Amino acid sequence: MKYLLTEQASTAGKSVVFDDMILTKDLPTTAGSKMLEGYMSLFDAEVVTRLNAAGYTTVGKANVGEMCVDVLGESSAFGASTDENGKLVGASAALVAKGDATVAIGLDAGGTPRRAAALGGCVCVKPTYGTVSRFGTVSIACSGETVTVTAKTVADAREALAAIAGHDEKDGTSLAEEKCALVAQAPVKASRVAIAKSITESADAEMRAKVASVRAALEKNGITVEEIDDTLLQKAGTAWGILMSAELCNNVSRYDGVKYGYRTKNYKTIDELYTNSRTEAFGKLLKTVILYGSETLSTENYMKVYDKALRMRRVIAERFAEIFESFDAVLMPVASRTVFCPKCVAKYTLAYDEQLYTAPASITGLPAVALDGVQLVGKAFEENKLYYLAEIVEKEAK
Amino acid sequence: MKEYEIVIGLEVHIELATNSKIFCSCSAKFGGEQNEHVCPACCGMPGMLPVVNRHVVDLGMTAGMMLGCHINRTTTFDKKSYYYPDLPGSYQTTQWFAPVAVNGTVKIKTSKGEKDIRIKQIHMEEDAGKLVHDDWTDTTLVDFNRTSVPLIEIVSQPDLSSAEEVVAYLERLRSLLRFAKVSECRMEQGSMRCDVNLSVRPVGQKEYGVRTEMKNMNSISAIERAIAYEAARHIDAIENGTEELVQETRRWDDIKGMSFAMRNKETAGDYRYFPDPNVMPVVIDDAWYESIESSLPEFPEKKRERYITELGLGEYDAEFLTESRAFCDAFEEAYAECGLAKEAANWLITNCMNLLNRKQMTADMLKINGRALGVLIKLVSDGTVSHANAKKILEVMFDEDIDPKKYAEENGYIVSNDTGKIEEVVKTIIAANPKSVADYKNGKEKALMAIFGQCMRELKGNCDPNVLRELILKNI
Repeated sequence: MKYLLTEQASTAGKSVVFDDMILTKDLPTTAGSKMLEGYMSLFDAEVVTRLNAAGYTTVGKANVGEMCVDVLGESSAFGASTDENGKLVGASAALVAKGDATVAIGLDAGGTPRRAAALGGCVCVKPTYGTVSRFGTVSIACSGETVTVTAKTVADAREALAAIAGHDEKDGTSLAEEKCALVAQAPVKASRVAIAKSITESADAEMRAKVASVRAALEKNGITVEEIDDTLLQKAGTAWGILMSAELCNNVSRYDGVKYGYRTKNYKTIDELYTNSRTEAFGKLLKTVILYGSETLSTENYMKVYDKALRMRRVIAERFAEIFESFDAVLMPVASRTVFCPKCVAKYTLAYDEQLYTAPASITGLPAVALDGVQLVGKAFEENKLYYLAEIVEKEAK
Repeated sequence: MKEYEIVIGLEVHIELATNSKIFCSCSAKFGGEQNEHVCPACCGMPGMLPVVNRHVVDLGMTAGMMLGCHINRTTTFDKKSYYYPDLPGSYQTTQWFAPVAVNGTVKIKTSKGEKDIRIKQIHMEEDAGKLVHDDWTDTTLVDFNRTSVPLIEIVSQPDLSSAEEVVAYLERLRSLLRFAKVSECRMEQGSMRCDVNLSVRPVGQKEYGVRTEMKNMNSISAIERAIAYEAARHIDAIENGTEELVQETRRWDDIKGMSFAMRNKETAGDYRYFPDPNVMPVVIDDAWYESIESSLPEFPEKKRERYITELGLGEYDAEFLTESRAFCDAFEEAYAECGLAKEAANWLITNCMNLLNRKQMTADMLKINGRALGVLIKLVSDGTVSHANAKKILEVMFDEDIDPKKYAEENGYIVSNDTGKIEEVVKTIIAANPKSVADYKNGKEKALMAIFGQCMRELKGNCDPNVLRELILKNI
């Protein structure tokens, strides 16, 4: 499978590949779905405008899983992206790893960009929520989704982030300029890292070994690393699974076959137009997520399920705040294993199971830097400490 | 037959008088070519994010304060999901958990006296588009011009018990909200729409009867007819068992004069409300709250009272002026300038209203500069400009914001007090009209009028008629 769905310019100088969740007016944007096959946006996403203005040429649009809520792109309507050994790869991260693009821009709600980078030899920076405009991104779960930068090195990612972070009046959740400016600052010394104990233990042996080697690298450089109780953080996966599914269910309800995108040929009534268009154009995993999300928002379940998940979001944020009183970052694996093959993601609940690792940062909007199989989650606007720690990991891995 | 009482609660939708839509910068104007006022945001295209139009919140608060509501200082927006082709995102952004205003009261007057109608809440939301059926090709087309035009929905408690009360309530809402410039409240343009929740119960019974909701009434009289029909249908069903009453939404057909149950699909369903994560909670701080509070207009009946007792207007004049905020504003400005209340009222009620009628405009469309009108009135009252010429100036003032004094000077509308000059004109006219002079001398009074008229024309009306008359008599 080709990693690029569409190609554009040559790759002279700094270049960027956009996940197909990011709208471009010169190239189609599909969000990995048959529903949007060939969809041409009338406008560029704010990140596209800003990166092009900063001198990054657009390489093209990279394949993604449908609406980017799967594990590693396996649900793309255009086929999963795999490497020469048949293992799944995140398409845009693979392009960066090969040197076909300086950076890749993704949208992280279900953790895919972090997973793809950390398992694919790249670095992914997910900055604090609200510091990069989401204008022009295909919405997944707006309360937690964040534009991410993937690059070969922490420094490259930080440079591109500096170009895109900033206030945008077209995004109502965009923070003030002075807050946004904090996320791409130069590394600042950090000294204490917490390891999410149970989350780490739940990963496979290979992944646990990754965490152990990152720990060793940090300690070798004078960082104190301690295991902490992560009982509450473990709840993030379930809570975010609920919120993300509900929001996604609502966000994709606009794809109804009426205005643009796929329309069934088989309809007589408006209800048949809706049902058949969506039945024919959406894949199985997305349908599962829609059904689950729809259930959580029903009158019967709202208080029992959705409202509880909203409360859990606050509890988890408070637990993080408590942790950050004594630590600069929390270290945890980015996934349950270091390799995903097409077969092992066939179980559709896996995308939910993997939320155990990525949801703590998603549900809270906290910054995270993912590399070498792991991620470091930090305090809001203290990306600079994460850069410091990530650069140690980067250096020791060489 | 038992005696029944009708229990009615109203949901009134009002389009807000903003220039742009609630979450994008498209025009919110009524009309226009189909799909002219649209952008990717209000068409539900991916990638667009809502940004709240703060003026919508201003007007939501204003409406709340006018109806005596408590204003929620933190007000939030929520998503309401349902599929319909006129709803491009398949969700409507509305307020479910923390509406802008709650717990108000509206006082109404009917033949039975005064009554308080409680307001449950006022929430802000976006309007949907419009479906247009093309019979020729048997297709349905969508017009998104109205999509995301800001609305408020005013939900009353079930405190109304007759069509008369409903009409009084709606007229009261319209008057208050027009006064506060929240909306023009035009039912015929759909900027005021009303759903009627109605049930009946035997007098004395505590429990409510089965409730139905009626939609699609496009005028106050249609609402009256719909209530009469629906109440009779309910009573008939209870008394005679003609049908089983079910809680449902019904569509009023004003031509047939009947209500019909709407297709279940259009009404039933779970709206799956949840907080819209793209719209941050709107926090109304003290400064914002106070700025709206201090901009509230005086209630129309208070103005009416004041016009009569303090300014000495007659009941008719006071009533006429206070039916429209535009007239009140112009009147108060004109009065502040000239200090002549009765004259100011007269100029507005007679001359301005004539001009509006001639241009087929309503009172609310009056756009005259009240201060300038006051200047004009002063010019007439001190004899600087004649009444007839002042009316000509007023016509210009209707279209342009001019300085009436300067305009009068530039166009030769200033009354001359130079009797020598007037007498010269009189002498010339008399000399040129020997026949009229002879007729007058032979007892024809009318002949004098002809000479008077010619002199006035020659003087462009800029002369005191009494002075002119005296000079003609002296010279003839």
